[in-house]
Amino acid sequence: MRKLTAPLSREDALSLRAGEQILLSGTVYTARDAAHLRMLDLLAAGKPLPVELEGQVIYYAGPTPTPEGRPVGSIGPTTSVRMDAMTPALLAQGLRGMIGKGGRSAEVVEAMKRHGAVYFAAVGGAAALMASCVTSLEVVCWDDLGPESVKRLTLQDLPLVVAIDAQGNDAFALGQAEYLRSREERHES
Amino acid sequence: MREIGAALITETIARLCIEANRNLPEDVACALKTAAQEEPYEPARALMDLLVRNEGVARETQMPICQDTGMAIVFADVGQEVHIAGDFEAAIHEGVRRGYVDGLLRKSVVADPLRRVNTKDNTPAIIHTRLVPGDKVTLTVAPKGFGSENMSRLAMLTPAAGVEGVKRFVLETVRLAGANPCPPMVLGIGVGGDFEQVAEMAKRALMIPLGEENPDPFYAALERELLAAVNESGIGPQGLGGKTTCLGLHVLAKPTHIAGLPVAVNVSCHVTRHASAVL
Repeated sequence: MRKLTAPLSREDALSLRAGEQILLSGTVYTARDAAHLRMLDLLAAGKPLPVELEGQVIYYAGPTPTPEGRPVGSIGPTTSVRMDAMTPALLAQGLRGMIGKGGRSAEVVEAMKRHGAVYFAAVGGAAALMASCVTSLEVVCWDDLGPESVKRLTLQDLPLVVAIDAQGNDAFALGQAEYLRSREERHES
Repeated sequence: MREIGAALITETIARLCIEANRNLPEDVACALKTAAQEEPYEPARALMDLLVRNEGVARETQMPICQDTGMAIVFADVGQEVHIAGDFEAAIHEGVRRGYVDGLLRKSVVADPLRRVNTKDNTPAIIHTRLVPGDKVTLTVAPKGFGSENMSRLAMLTPAAGVEGVKRFVLETVRLAGANPCPPMVLGIGVGGDFEQVAEMAKRALMIPLGEENPDPFYAALERELLAAVNESGIGPQGLGGKTTCLGLHVLAKPTHIAGLPVAVNVSCHVTRHASAVL
Protein backbone atom coordinates (compact mmCIF):
# COMPACT_ATOMS: atom_id res chain seq x y z
CA MET A 1 0.00 0.00 0.00
CA ARG A 2 1.29 3.44 -0.93
CA LYS A 3 2.49 5.62 1.94
CA LEU A 4 2.20 9.41 1.93
CA THR A 5 3.25 12.11 4.34
CA ALA A 6 1.26 15.31 4.96
CA PRO A 7 1.61 18.18 4.15
CA LEU A 8 1.18 17.02 0.54
CA SER A 9 2.76 18.44 -2.58
CA ARG A 10 0.68 19.26 -5.62
CA GLU A 11 2.45 16.34 -7.35
CA ASP A 12 1.37 13.97 -4.56
CA ALA A 13 -2.24 15.09 -4.97
CA LEU A 14 -2.20 14.86 -8.76
CA SER A 15 -0.71 11.34 -8.69
CA LEU A 16 -3.48 9.77 -6.60
CA ARG A 17 -6.36 7.87 -8.21
CA ALA A 18 -9.90 7.38 -6.90
CA GLY A 19 -10.28 4.01 -5.19
CA GLU A 20 -6.59 3.74 -4.29
CA GLN A 21 -5.85 2.81 -0.68
CA ILE A 22 -3.10 4.73 1.08
CA LEU A 23 -1.52 5.07 4.52
CA LEU A 24 -1.17 8.70 5.59
CA SER A 25 1.44 9.90 8.09
CA GLY A 26 2.59 13.38 9.07
CA THR A 27 0.75 16.48 10.25
CA VAL A 28 -2.92 17.24 9.61
CA TYR A 29 -5.40 19.68 11.19
CA THR A 30 -8.93 19.00 12.41
CA ALA A 31 -11.70 21.43 11.49
CA ARG A 32 -15.44 20.90 11.42
CA ASP A 33 -18.50 23.11 10.86
CA ALA A 34 -17.85 25.79 13.50
CA ALA A 35 -14.11 26.12 12.72
CA HIS A 36 -14.90 26.42 9.00
CA LEU A 37 -17.34 29.25 9.72
CA ARG A 38 -14.68 31.07 11.74
CA MET A 39 -12.06 30.58 9.02
CA LEU A 40 -14.44 32.03 6.44
CA ASP A 41 -15.11 35.01 8.73
CA LEU A 42 -11.34 35.61 8.96
CA LEU A 43 -10.95 35.42 5.18
CA ALA A 44 -13.89 37.81 4.70
CA ALA A 45 -12.23 40.26 7.11
CA GLY A 46 -8.93 39.93 5.24
CA LYS A 47 -7.23 38.44 8.31
CA PRO A 48 -4.77 35.50 8.34
CA LEU A 49 -5.99 31.98 9.11
CA PRO A 50 -4.70 30.23 12.26
CA VAL A 51 -2.83 27.81 10.00
CA GLU A 52 -1.21 28.58 6.64
CA LEU A 53 -3.19 26.17 4.42
CA GLU A 54 -0.77 25.73 1.51
CA GLY A 55 -0.20 21.99 1.10
CA GLN A 56 -2.12 21.11 4.26
CA VAL A 57 -4.69 18.41 4.89
CA ILE A 58 -7.83 19.07 6.95
CA TYR A 59 -9.42 16.14 8.79
CA TYR A 60 -13.14 16.64 9.42
CA ALA A 61 -13.06 15.17 12.91
CA GLY A 62 -13.89 15.88 16.53
CA PRO A 63 -12.26 13.28 18.79
CA THR A 64 -13.49 12.19 22.21
CA PRO A 65 -11.50 13.61 25.15
CA THR A 66 -7.97 12.24 25.50
CA PRO A 67 -7.70 9.57 28.20
CA GLU A 68 -4.78 9.59 30.64
CA GLY A 69 -1.76 7.82 29.19
CA ARG A 70 -2.96 7.92 25.58
CA PRO A 71 -2.18 10.47 22.84
CA VAL A 72 -5.81 10.80 21.72
CA GLY A 73 -9.35 9.57 22.33
CA SER A 74 -11.52 7.83 19.73
CA ILE A 75 -11.30 9.64 16.41
CA GLY A 76 -13.04 9.10 13.10
CA PRO A 77 -14.40 11.23 10.26
CA THR A 78 -17.58 13.30 10.27
CA THR A 79 -19.84 13.79 7.22
CA SER A 80 -17.96 15.99 4.74
CA VAL A 81 -20.94 17.35 2.80
CA ARG A 82 -21.69 19.81 5.62
CA MET A 83 -18.40 21.58 4.85
CA ASP A 84 -19.05 21.76 1.08
CA ALA A 85 -20.29 25.34 0.88
CA MET A 86 -17.20 26.52 2.82
CA THR A 87 -14.61 24.34 1.07
CA PRO A 88 -13.86 26.12 -2.25
CA ALA A 89 -12.65 29.20 -0.33
CA LEU A 90 -10.15 27.04 1.58
CA LEU A 91 -9.01 25.23 -1.57
CA ALA A 92 -8.28 28.66 -3.04
CA GLN A 93 -5.93 29.19 -0.05
CA GLY A 94 -3.89 26.14 -1.09
CA LEU A 95 -5.61 23.41 0.95
CA ARG A 96 -4.31 20.20 -0.66
CA GLY A 97 -6.33 17.44 0.98
CA MET A 98 -9.39 16.68 3.04
CA ILE A 99 -10.31 13.62 5.09
CA GLY A 100 -13.94 12.82 5.85
CA LYS A 101 -16.76 10.49 4.97
CA GLY A 102 -19.43 10.53 2.27
CA GLY A 103 -19.58 12.37 -1.06
CA ARG A 104 -18.94 16.00 -2.04
CA SER A 105 -20.83 18.55 -4.10
CA ALA A 106 -20.10 19.25 -7.75
CA GLU A 107 -18.79 22.70 -6.70
CA VAL A 108 -16.21 21.14 -4.38
CA VAL A 109 -15.11 18.64 -7.03
CA GLU A 110 -14.68 21.47 -9.57
CA ALA A 111 -12.62 23.47 -7.08
CA MET A 112 -10.49 20.38 -6.32
CA LYS A 113 -9.76 19.95 -10.04
CA ARG A 114 -8.92 23.64 -10.39
CA HIS A 115 -6.52 23.71 -7.44
CA GLY A 116 -5.13 20.17 -7.62
CA ALA A 117 -6.51 18.80 -4.35
CA VAL A 118 -7.62 15.37 -3.19
CA TYR A 119 -10.37 14.08 -0.90
CA PHE A 120 -9.84 10.97 1.23
CA ALA A 121 -12.43 8.80 2.98
CA ALA A 122 -11.58 7.41 6.41
CA VAL A 123 -13.61 4.53 7.84
CA GLY A 124 -16.64 6.17 9.46
CA GLY A 125 -17.37 4.80 12.91
CA ALA A 126 -14.11 2.86 13.31
CA ALA A 127 -12.93 5.46 15.79
CA ALA A 128 -11.47 3.25 18.54
CA LEU A 129 -9.37 1.40 15.97
CA MET A 130 -8.19 4.56 14.16
CA ALA A 131 -7.09 6.20 17.42
CA SER A 132 -4.01 3.94 17.24
CA CYS A 133 -2.93 5.82 14.06
CA VAL A 134 -2.72 9.19 15.85
CA THR A 135 0.46 9.71 17.85
CA SER A 136 -0.06 13.28 19.07
CA LEU A 137 -2.77 15.88 19.45
CA GLU A 138 -2.46 19.56 20.27
CA VAL A 139 -5.13 22.27 20.26
CA VAL A 140 -4.13 25.05 17.86
CA CYS A 141 -7.00 27.48 18.47
CA TRP A 142 -10.67 28.02 19.35
CA ASP A 143 -10.65 25.85 22.46
CA ASP A 144 -14.07 27.32 23.30
CA LEU A 145 -15.50 25.14 20.52
CA GLY A 146 -14.67 22.00 22.53
CA PRO A 147 -14.75 19.03 20.14
CA GLU A 148 -14.87 21.50 17.23
CA SER A 149 -11.59 23.30 18.05
CA VAL A 150 -8.74 23.20 15.51
CA LYS A 151 -6.27 20.51 16.55
CA ARG A 152 -2.90 19.55 15.11
CA LEU A 153 -2.59 15.76 14.77
CA THR A 154 0.42 13.64 14.01
CA LEU A 155 -0.63 10.59 12.02
CA GLN A 156 1.13 7.29 11.67
CA ASP A 157 -0.16 5.17 8.77
CA LEU A 158 -3.84 6.16 8.91
CA PRO A 159 -5.62 3.90 6.37
CA LEU A 160 -7.55 5.99 3.83
CA VAL A 161 -9.24 5.53 0.46
CA VAL A 162 -8.80 8.16 -2.23
CA ALA A 163 -12.51 9.04 -2.46
CA ILE A 164 -12.31 11.82 -5.07
CA ASP A 165 -9.09 12.46 -6.95
CA ALA A 166 -7.77 15.71 -8.42
CA GLN A 167 -9.21 14.72 -11.81
CA GLY A 168 -12.68 14.49 -10.27
CA ASN A 169 -13.05 10.70 -10.33
CA ASP A 170 -15.34 9.45 -7.56
CA ALA A 171 -14.60 6.19 -5.69
CA PHE A 172 -18.17 5.93 -4.40
CA ALA A 173 -19.64 5.85 -7.91
CA LEU A 174 -16.80 3.67 -9.22
CA GLY A 175 -16.98 1.22 -6.29
CA GLN A 176 -20.75 0.84 -6.44
CA ALA A 177 -20.65 0.29 -10.20
CA GLU A 178 -17.83 -2.23 -9.80
CA TYR A 179 -19.76 -4.15 -7.13
CA LEU A 180 -22.92 -4.23 -9.29
CA ARG A 181 -20.84 -5.48 -12.23
CA SER A 182 -19.25 -8.22 -10.09
CA ARG A 183 -22.72 -9.23 -8.90
CA GLU A 184 -23.90 -9.56 -12.48
CA GLU A 185 -20.94 -11.81 -13.24
CA ARG A 186 -21.62 -13.99 -10.20
CA HIS A 187 -25.26 -14.37 -11.25
CA GLU A 188 -24.19 -15.34 -14.75
CA SER A 189 -21.62 -17.92 -13.69
CA MET B 1 -45.94 2.51 46.83
CA ARG B 2 -42.31 1.77 46.00
CA GLU B 3 -39.91 4.69 46.25
CA ILE B 4 -36.93 5.23 43.95
CA GLY B 5 -34.55 8.07 44.71
CA ALA B 6 -33.30 10.56 42.14
CA ALA B 7 -29.71 9.65 43.06
CA LEU B 8 -30.19 6.06 41.86
CA ILE B 9 -31.59 7.33 38.57
CA THR B 10 -28.63 9.66 38.08
CA GLU B 11 -26.14 6.92 38.88
CA THR B 12 -27.85 4.46 36.53
CA ILE B 13 -28.09 6.90 33.63
CA ALA B 14 -24.39 7.82 34.02
CA ARG B 15 -23.40 4.14 33.91
CA LEU B 16 -25.64 3.42 30.89
CA CYS B 17 -24.20 6.39 28.91
CA ILE B 18 -20.70 4.98 29.35
CA GLU B 19 -21.66 1.35 28.77
CA ALA B 20 -23.64 2.11 25.60
CA ASN B 21 -20.75 4.05 24.08
CA ARG B 22 -18.13 1.39 24.74
CA ASN B 23 -19.93 -1.90 24.20
CA LEU B 24 -21.92 -2.49 21.05
CA PRO B 25 -25.11 -4.50 21.79
CA GLU B 26 -24.59 -8.22 21.19
CA ASP B 27 -27.15 -8.37 18.35
CA VAL B 28 -25.45 -5.53 16.42
CA ALA B 29 -21.95 -6.96 16.98
CA CYS B 30 -23.22 -10.33 15.81
CA ALA B 31 -24.92 -8.85 12.72
CA LEU B 32 -21.65 -7.07 11.82
CA LYS B 33 -19.68 -10.32 12.02
CA THR B 34 -22.21 -12.29 10.00
CA ALA B 35 -22.43 -9.59 7.33
CA ALA B 36 -18.61 -9.43 7.14
CA GLN B 37 -18.47 -13.18 6.50
CA GLU B 38 -21.26 -13.08 3.92
CA GLU B 39 -20.04 -10.01 2.00
CA PRO B 40 -19.10 -11.28 -1.48
CA TYR B 41 -17.27 -8.13 -2.67
CA GLU B 42 -13.66 -8.17 -1.48
CA PRO B 43 -13.10 -4.41 -0.87
CA ALA B 44 -16.36 -4.29 1.11
CA ARG B 45 -15.37 -7.38 3.11
CA ALA B 46 -12.07 -5.70 4.06
CA LEU B 47 -14.00 -2.66 5.34
CA MET B 48 -16.42 -4.88 7.27
CA ASP B 49 -13.47 -6.63 8.91
CA LEU B 50 -12.20 -3.22 10.10
CA LEU B 51 -15.60 -2.47 11.64
CA VAL B 52 -15.59 -5.83 13.45
CA ARG B 53 -12.06 -5.13 14.70
CA ASN B 54 -13.09 -1.66 15.84
CA GLU B 55 -15.90 -3.07 17.96
CA GLY B 56 -13.43 -5.47 19.60
CA VAL B 57 -10.84 -2.72 20.25
CA ALA B 58 -13.49 -0.52 21.91
CA ARG B 59 -14.56 -3.37 24.16
CA GLU B 60 -10.96 -4.22 25.14
CA THR B 61 -9.63 -0.70 25.62
CA GLN B 62 -12.94 0.73 26.91
CA MET B 63 -12.62 3.60 24.45
CA PRO B 64 -15.80 4.88 22.75
CA ILE B 65 -16.66 2.79 19.66
CA CYS B 66 -17.29 5.97 17.65
CA GLN B 67 -16.07 9.51 18.33
CA ASP B 68 -19.64 10.75 17.86
CA THR B 69 -20.91 9.64 21.23
CA GLY B 70 -24.17 11.26 20.27
CA MET B 71 -27.01 13.07 21.95
CA ALA B 72 -28.27 10.98 24.84
CA ILE B 73 -31.75 9.76 23.98
CA VAL B 74 -33.34 8.36 27.14
CA PHE B 75 -36.39 6.12 27.19
CA ALA B 76 -37.99 5.77 30.61
CA ASP B 77 -40.84 3.38 31.32
CA VAL B 78 -42.01 4.33 34.79
CA GLY B 79 -44.22 1.92 36.73
CA GLN B 80 -47.32 3.70 38.01
CA GLU B 81 -46.76 2.16 41.46
CA VAL B 82 -43.40 3.91 41.80
CA HIS B 83 -42.86 7.20 43.56
CA ILE B 84 -39.78 9.06 42.37
CA ALA B 85 -38.22 10.94 45.25
CA GLY B 86 -36.76 14.09 43.70
CA ASP B 87 -36.83 15.73 40.27
CA PHE B 88 -36.99 12.90 37.71
CA GLU B 89 -35.88 14.79 34.59
CA ALA B 90 -33.18 16.74 36.45
CA ALA B 91 -31.85 13.40 37.72
CA ILE B 92 -31.59 12.12 34.14
CA HIS B 93 -29.82 15.24 32.88
CA GLU B 94 -27.38 15.01 35.80
CA GLY B 95 -26.73 11.35 34.92
CA VAL B 96 -25.94 12.32 31.33
CA ARG B 97 -23.63 15.08 32.55
CA ARG B 98 -21.72 12.69 34.81
CA GLY B 99 -21.60 9.89 32.26
CA TYR B 100 -20.24 12.12 29.49
CA VAL B 101 -17.75 13.96 31.72
CA ASP B 102 -16.49 10.99 33.77
CA GLY B 103 -16.60 8.57 30.82
CA LEU B 104 -14.57 10.91 28.57
CA LEU B 105 -17.33 10.92 26.00
CA ARG B 106 -17.56 13.73 23.47
CA LYS B 107 -19.70 16.73 24.34
CA SER B 108 -21.73 17.19 21.17
CA VAL B 109 -24.66 19.37 22.26
CA VAL B 110 -25.18 23.10 21.66
CA ALA B 111 -27.54 25.05 23.91
CA ASP B 112 -29.36 26.74 21.06
CA PRO B 113 -29.76 25.51 17.48
CA LEU B 114 -28.99 28.91 15.93
CA ARG B 115 -26.62 30.53 18.41
CA ARG B 116 -24.67 27.25 18.86
CA VAL B 117 -22.71 27.41 22.10
CA ASN B 118 -21.55 23.99 23.33
CA THR B 119 -23.05 23.06 26.72
CA LYS B 120 -19.74 21.28 27.53
CA ASP B 121 -21.47 18.39 29.34
CA ASN B 122 -23.67 16.90 26.60
CA THR B 123 -26.86 17.96 28.35
CA PRO B 124 -29.74 18.17 27.95
CA ALA B 125 -30.84 14.62 27.23
CA ILE B 126 -33.85 13.95 25.05
CA ILE B 127 -36.31 12.15 27.33
CA HIS B 128 -39.26 9.96 26.34
CA THR B 129 -41.26 8.89 29.41
CA ARG B 130 -44.15 6.43 29.46
CA LEU B 131 -46.28 5.48 32.42
CA VAL B 132 -46.64 1.70 32.55
CA PRO B 133 -48.23 -0.82 34.96
CA GLY B 134 -46.09 -2.20 37.80
CA ASP B 135 -43.51 -1.00 40.30
CA LYS B 136 -40.35 -0.95 38.18
CA VAL B 137 -38.54 1.74 36.23
CA THR B 138 -36.86 0.71 32.97
CA LEU B 139 -34.23 3.11 31.68
CA THR B 140 -32.65 2.90 28.23
CA VAL B 141 -29.91 5.23 27.00
CA ALA B 142 -29.50 5.30 23.23
CA PRO B 143 -26.67 7.66 22.20
CA LYS B 144 -27.45 8.86 18.67
CA GLY B 145 -24.84 10.23 16.31
CA PHE B 146 -25.94 12.90 13.88
CA GLY B 147 -24.08 11.67 10.80
CA SER B 148 -26.93 9.22 10.47
CA GLU B 149 -29.61 11.28 12.25
CA ASN B 150 -29.20 14.01 9.60
CA MET B 151 -30.15 11.51 6.90
CA SER B 152 -33.50 10.66 8.54
CA ARG B 153 -36.75 11.71 6.83
CA LEU B 154 -40.48 11.96 7.48
CA ALA B 155 -43.36 12.17 5.00
CA MET B 156 -47.11 12.57 5.31
CA LEU B 157 -48.19 10.27 2.48
CA THR B 158 -51.78 9.89 1.29
CA PRO B 159 -53.72 6.69 1.99
CA ALA B 160 -53.67 5.97 -1.77
CA ALA B 161 -49.85 5.78 -1.66
CA GLY B 162 -50.27 2.56 0.33
CA VAL B 163 -47.54 0.05 1.03
CA GLU B 164 -45.85 0.82 -2.31
CA GLY B 165 -45.58 4.47 -1.31
CA VAL B 166 -43.98 3.49 1.99
CA LYS B 167 -41.45 1.24 0.23
CA ARG B 168 -40.60 3.97 -2.28
CA PHE B 169 -40.05 6.48 0.52
CA VAL B 170 -37.76 4.13 2.47
CA LEU B 171 -35.66 3.31 -0.60
CA GLU B 172 -35.48 6.96 -1.62
CA THR B 173 -34.27 7.82 1.91
CA VAL B 174 -31.54 5.19 1.67
CA ARG B 175 -30.45 6.45 -1.76
CA LEU B 176 -30.29 10.05 -0.55
CA ALA B 177 -28.34 8.95 2.55
CA GLY B 178 -25.80 7.12 0.40
CA ALA B 179 -22.33 7.09 1.96
CA ASN B 180 -23.12 9.75 4.57
CA PRO B 181 -24.61 7.82 7.52
CA CYS B 182 -21.68 5.35 7.86
CA PRO B 183 -23.26 2.35 6.16
CA PRO B 184 -23.95 -0.46 6.84
CA MET B 185 -26.99 1.24 8.29
CA VAL B 186 -29.70 0.18 10.67
CA LEU B 187 -33.14 1.59 9.84
CA GLY B 188 -36.01 2.32 12.22
CA ILE B 189 -39.26 2.84 10.35
CA GLY B 190 -42.49 4.23 11.77
CA VAL B 191 -45.79 3.99 9.89
CA GLY B 192 -49.08 5.56 11.04
CA GLY B 193 -49.94 7.62 14.10
CA ASP B 194 -49.50 11.35 13.54
CA PHE B 195 -46.64 13.71 12.76
CA GLU B 196 -44.73 13.42 16.06
CA GLN B 197 -45.72 9.88 16.97
CA VAL B 198 -44.41 8.42 13.73
CA ALA B 199 -40.96 9.92 14.36
CA GLU B 200 -40.84 8.51 17.87
CA MET B 201 -41.89 5.08 16.57
CA ALA B 202 -39.05 5.17 14.07
CA LYS B 203 -36.57 5.89 16.87
CA ARG B 204 -38.00 3.14 19.08
CA ALA B 205 -37.76 0.70 16.17
CA LEU B 206 -33.96 1.15 16.26
CA MET B 207 -33.91 -0.53 19.65
CA ILE B 208 -35.59 -3.78 18.57
CA PRO B 209 -32.92 -6.52 18.50
CA LEU B 210 -31.62 -7.17 14.98
CA GLY B 211 -32.89 -10.45 13.60
CA GLU B 212 -36.05 -10.33 15.70
CA GLU B 213 -39.05 -10.83 13.47
CA ASN B 214 -42.10 -8.57 13.57
CA PRO B 215 -44.91 -10.41 15.42
CA ASP B 216 -47.36 -9.38 12.66
CA PRO B 217 -46.67 -11.59 9.59
CA PHE B 218 -47.70 -8.74 7.26
CA TYR B 219 -45.03 -6.45 8.69
CA ALA B 220 -42.50 -9.28 9.01
CA ALA B 221 -42.85 -9.82 5.24
CA LEU B 222 -42.55 -6.06 4.60
CA GLU B 223 -39.38 -5.91 6.71
CA ARG B 224 -37.82 -8.82 4.78
CA GLU B 225 -38.74 -7.27 1.45
CA LEU B 226 -37.40 -3.82 2.40
CA LEU B 227 -34.13 -5.23 3.75
CA ALA B 228 -33.56 -7.21 0.56
CA ALA B 229 -34.35 -4.15 -1.58
CA VAL B 230 -32.00 -1.89 0.43
CA ASN B 231 -29.22 -4.45 0.12
CA GLU B 232 -29.77 -4.57 -3.66
CA SER B 233 -28.77 -0.90 -3.89
CA GLY B 234 -25.04 -1.58 -4.11
CA ILE B 235 -24.18 1.33 -1.75
CA GLY B 236 -22.23 -1.03 0.50
CA PRO B 237 -20.03 -0.37 3.54
CA GLN B 238 -18.99 3.31 3.69
CA GLY B 239 -20.76 3.83 0.35
CA LEU B 240 -17.80 2.36 -1.54
CA GLY B 241 -19.85 -0.47 -3.04
CA GLY B 242 -20.94 -3.87 -1.76
CA LYS B 243 -23.82 -6.01 -0.65
CA THR B 244 -23.89 -4.91 3.00
CA THR B 245 -25.79 -1.62 2.92
CA CYS B 246 -28.11 -2.40 5.85
CA LEU B 247 -27.60 -4.71 8.83
CA GLY B 248 -31.28 -4.81 9.68
CA LEU B 249 -34.48 -2.79 9.89
CA HIS B 250 -37.68 -2.83 11.86
CA VAL B 251 -41.13 -1.36 11.24
CA LEU B 252 -43.45 -0.15 13.99
CA ALA B 253 -47.03 0.65 12.98
CA LYS B 254 -49.86 2.43 14.83
CA PRO B 255 -53.44 3.46 14.06
CA THR B 256 -53.75 6.65 12.03
CA HIS B 257 -56.35 9.07 10.59
CA ILE B 258 -58.57 8.15 7.61
CA ALA B 259 -56.88 10.92 5.61
CA GLY B 260 -53.27 10.07 6.39
CA LEU B 261 -50.33 7.71 6.01
CA PRO B 262 -47.40 9.16 7.98
CA VAL B 263 -44.05 7.43 7.49
CA ALA B 264 -40.72 8.15 9.16
CA VAL B 265 -37.32 6.62 8.59
CA ASN B 266 -34.77 7.07 11.36
CA VAL B 267 -31.41 6.26 9.81
CA SER B 268 -28.77 4.81 12.08
CA CYS B 269 -25.28 3.45 11.51
CA HIS B 270 -23.29 0.30 12.21
CA VAL B 271 -22.74 1.70 15.71
CA THR B 272 -26.42 1.51 16.74
CA ARG B 273 -26.05 1.71 20.52
CA HIS B 274 -28.27 1.36 23.51
CA ALA B 275 -28.01 0.08 27.07
CA SER B 276 -30.83 -0.61 29.53
CA ALA B 277 -31.37 -1.19 33.23
CA VAL B 278 -34.42 -2.13 35.27
CA LEU B 279 -34.74 -0.49 38.70
